Amino acid sequence: MQLLETNHLTKGFLSKKAVNGITLQIEKGKVYGLLGPNGSGKTTLMKMVAGLLHPSSGDIQIDGKPIGAETKKITAYMSTENFIYGYMSIKTVGKFFKDFYEDFRPQEFEKLIDYMELEMNMKVASLSTGMASKLKIAATLSRNSKLFMLDEPLNGIDLVAREKILNAIVEKANWDNTIIISSHLVDQMEKILDDVIFIKDGEVVLKGSAEVVREQRGKSIVDLYKEVYTSC
Amino acid sequence: MNFDTSMPIYLQIIHLLKKKLIKGEIEPGSKMPSTRNLAHHYTINPNTAGRIYKEMEREGLCFTKRGLGTFATDSKDKIEAIKQEIAAELIHNFTLGMNELGYSKSDMITIIKESEEL
Repeated sequence: MQLLETNHLTKGFLSKKAVNGITLQIEKGKVYGLLGPNGSGKTTLMKMVAGLLHPSSGDIQIDGKPIGAETKKITAYMSTENFIYGYMSIKTVGKFFKDFYEDFRPQEFEKLIDYMELEMNMKVASLSTGMASKLKIAATLSRNSKLFMLDEPLNGIDLVAREKILNAIVEKANWDNTIIISSHLVDQMEKILDDVIFIKDGEVVLKGSAEVVREQRGKSIVDLYKEVYTSC
Repeated sequence: MNFDTSMPIYLQIIHLLKKKLIKGEIEPGSKMPSTRNLAHHYTINPNTAGRIYKEMEREGLCFTKRGLGTFATDSKDKIEAIKQEIAAELIHNFTLGMNELGYSKSDMITIIKESEEL
């Protein structure tokens, strides 16, 4: 079952094409890795799917519908920016999200905050970089969305906590949702991925099941990543 | 757990589970964790966890009871067979490495007998 489809999707900023004719089919019930170096177009692609950027050309459909209020309801996007207000406490963040999103689950939020070793009375502005990242992930994963897009979820997270974050993502994955994770930390990521999508200069250069890619090419996703991106 | 990323992850976990069966850390006939718990335990994709049980079932190492979950095989013969299979593999790799160094079969036997590790 397909959840997301893009058709010759292009986004240009002045003369530069950040996304250049991407046609993708994303299925339900899978975890996708959107992999590529900085500036390859990962964020631009995600932002268009989230409805935050308007494509220059091409189209996007989520669950058969064009981007709009209906698709935003079922899409949870976590950007790399710190989008949570500093004056809020973690508890207020939970309330804010609950007001904002119909599919937000306060109990799940409480559990995740506990799991991430954060506390409800902490103030957002006082959080360290890593803690702020954990909070963003907890808030995003507390929604019951059909499509999750996590932009660089391991940024600013130490080695031990990375495993925790990955586990929280694995817990969230089920037959009914799709998770797209962008990252350049390929080695950490690859064990939780079903499929990988490599993008380079705004175009898809390789796409397929992580296991099949490993078997066919006889190398790890990390090695393949190095091969694809160092040759340019 | 750290994986060797050039080898399919499901095969690596199957190997691990086989060893646990042989060592008795997984009791014959006992209930195995759900795919979800397995995914959580090793931080792997849930679909990979599903594949692990499917593959093990095909090899006769576990079986599914409808509505109850997955269970480890209770056949002692089967467990003995995989033990020998893994042992044969280890011996093969060992002799291959020793042959490269120029040791003959009798040299190897002498070395093993004299080895302090045993």
